[in-house]
Amino acid sequence: MIEARALTKVFSDRKRGPIRALDGVDFRCEPGRIFGLLGVNGAGKTTCLRMLATILRPTSGAATVQGFDIANESQQVRASIGFLSTATALYGRLTAFEMVEYFGRLHGLEDSVLHPRIDALFHTLGMNEFRDRRCDKLSTGMKQKTSIARTLVHDPPVMIFDEPTLGLDVLTARTVLGFIRDCGQRGKTVIFSTHVMSEAERLCDAIGIIHGGRILAHGSLAELRQQTGEERLEDIFVKVAEGHI
Amino acid sequence: MSPIAIVYRKELRDLLRDWRTIMSMIIVPVLVVPLLICGVLKIVNKTLNEKPKNEKTMEGAPKVMLLGGENSPDSVAALRQLKKFDLVPASADYTNLISSKEIRAAVEIPPDFDAAVEGERKTAIRIYTYEGEPKSMLVRQQLEEFFRRRAEEVVRRRLLAHKLPETLVTPFEIKPTNVASPKQVSGVVLGMILPYLMIIMCLTGAIYPSVDLTAGEKERGTLETLLTSPVARTQLVLGKVLVVLTASLATAALTITSNSLALAFFNSGGFAKLPVTLSPLALAGVCAVMMPLAVLISSLTVAVGLFARSSKEANTYLQPMLLLAIIPAVIAALPGVDFKYGLAFIPILNISLLCKELLTGLCPWGHIVVVFGSTSLYAALAVAAAVALFKRESVLFRT
Repeated sequence: MIEARALTKVFSDRKRGPIRALDGVDFRCEPGRIFGLLGVNGAGKTTCLRMLATILRPTSGAATVQGFDIANESQQVRASIGFLSTATALYGRLTAFEMVEYFGRLHGLEDSVLHPRIDALFHTLGMNEFRDRRCDKLSTGMKQKTSIARTLVHDPPVMIFDEPTLGLDVLTARTVLGFIRDCGQRGKTVIFSTHVMSEAERLCDAIGIIHGGRILAHGSLAELRQQTGEERLEDIFVKVAEGHI
Repeated sequence: MSPIAIVYRKELRDLLRDWRTIMSMIIVPVLVVPLLICGVLKIVNKTLNEKPKNEKTMEGAPKVMLLGGENSPDSVAALRQLKKFDLVPASADYTNLISSKEIRAAVEIPPDFDAAVEGERKTAIRIYTYEGEPKSMLVRQQLEEFFRRRAEEVVRRRLLAHKLPETLVTPFEIKPTNVASPKQVSGVVLGMILPYLMIIMCLTGAIYPSVDLTAGEKERGTLETLLTSPVARTQLVLGKVLVVLTASLATAALTITSNSLALAFFNSGGFAKLPVTLSPLALAGVCAVMMPLAVLISSLTVAVGLFARSSKEANTYLQPMLLLAIIPAVIAALPGVDFKYGLAFIPILNISLLCKELLTGLCPWGHIVVVFGSTSLYAALAVAAAVALFKRESVLFRT
């Protein structure tokens, strides 16, 4: 479960002064459901998800992840999440196995639990072929699978994905989206940011349209259709972003 | 396993798989530096002890032009018998030949020199050289020594002929006598070299790993991955500082060991032996006082690396730091600069001066306590600075 209340982030910039990247955002993500943050580049999606992952601290407002406060219980929050974004790269000089093993250990897993779990993950994701290959020698798809295994190794109840298909080819993107859907079906709380309308349309149980750091509309796709009178998500997004509702 | 140990193990493994680390931590100190030192020593040795290729013609020995000397066969023969120079016939343009380094010197023996000496008349030998040119200076030294010995021999013969005692010209001798122990003598030599070498190597060994583990991680995008782990930021930084410390100490230790072995090998090859012996206790003492300095260096380089946006920027900050560290190390190595309490709080200088004292075996406990204490305090502050920087998102996400 994720709950955000008036979540705000202001960055200070010497030249431009204070920049309000996120402005009083409220939303709620339920277990077993996929919540999509839909917005253009610079809308505040990454800032929002980085705050939920406790990489950034909120300027004001609050959020809880699995009941833990992101500002005061950051370690417990991080223990409860799997965070995947285009900015979370792999250690090139470690093998795929070592990479996943390292994060399992950082999550406090004993080898007796960790190694069978890695074996199962590698089997499920079809990673045994490149298990002992260094990450800098992996293809983009293999890297993404390794990243997925890294986020899942401690079996977190909450998954946070920041534009996880950005820059991926069609087949790899399909694998990633399938994995996100699977997380939702397994009862995990999933929050997922994207600017690709078709992905949000296909995957999300609920969508928040974020623009200029604010969530302008949210609800299920059916609810958004009802609110805007539009059928296609792209038209809904444009109408909301241009302030017509 | 504690999170610090997990981070340490992973970072060390990661680092040792990088050829640049192997290069800076192992290959350069173990192979390149000793080879360079031995190579330079060999060249210096060869230059200083230039030996002729052909003993008969003296080809290959330094060329010295003999001006005059036709009526002084004894002096000329003695000079030839010295077998140090390739004596070339006189030529009018000897000054040009010396300036163009075709010959190293010219020695002018005046007409009837031997006769003048025998007749106890005043005469003079003139040596023409290239002032400041090392080989020319060396030849001059050898020629002066040769003629000084001949002059002494003449004096001795004259005194004997006049039945006068040698004390007439040498009323007394000067006998400098060393009262310092061999340990103290070698301590003076080592005190100038060892702390300097250790400090520079600690810093050299720390720079690459610290940049790779901080600014390098930012560039490669792995820092954000690491920040999503549930490990406390302090533990992440401590794990990284410990790896940099390991690399720093390993580089210093490997450099000292490999160079000692190289010098020992070189010494056994006939090169003039350095008056150096090092007691294990003194070495242990030096290593112990170096420890807080190595922590200070490792934490500072990590802090600088964290602050930088990229590896390039980190290197731009760290290269001047290397120069800044050299200055106090060099000052401490200067003769006459000794430990004072006023200097005990200046980082690097204090450790260098303390090492000088430790190596000569004359180190009061008070000095050790003050230097160890102040450097430990600086090291703790540097660790705290690195941790504080690692917690600042404005630093971690600087673009």
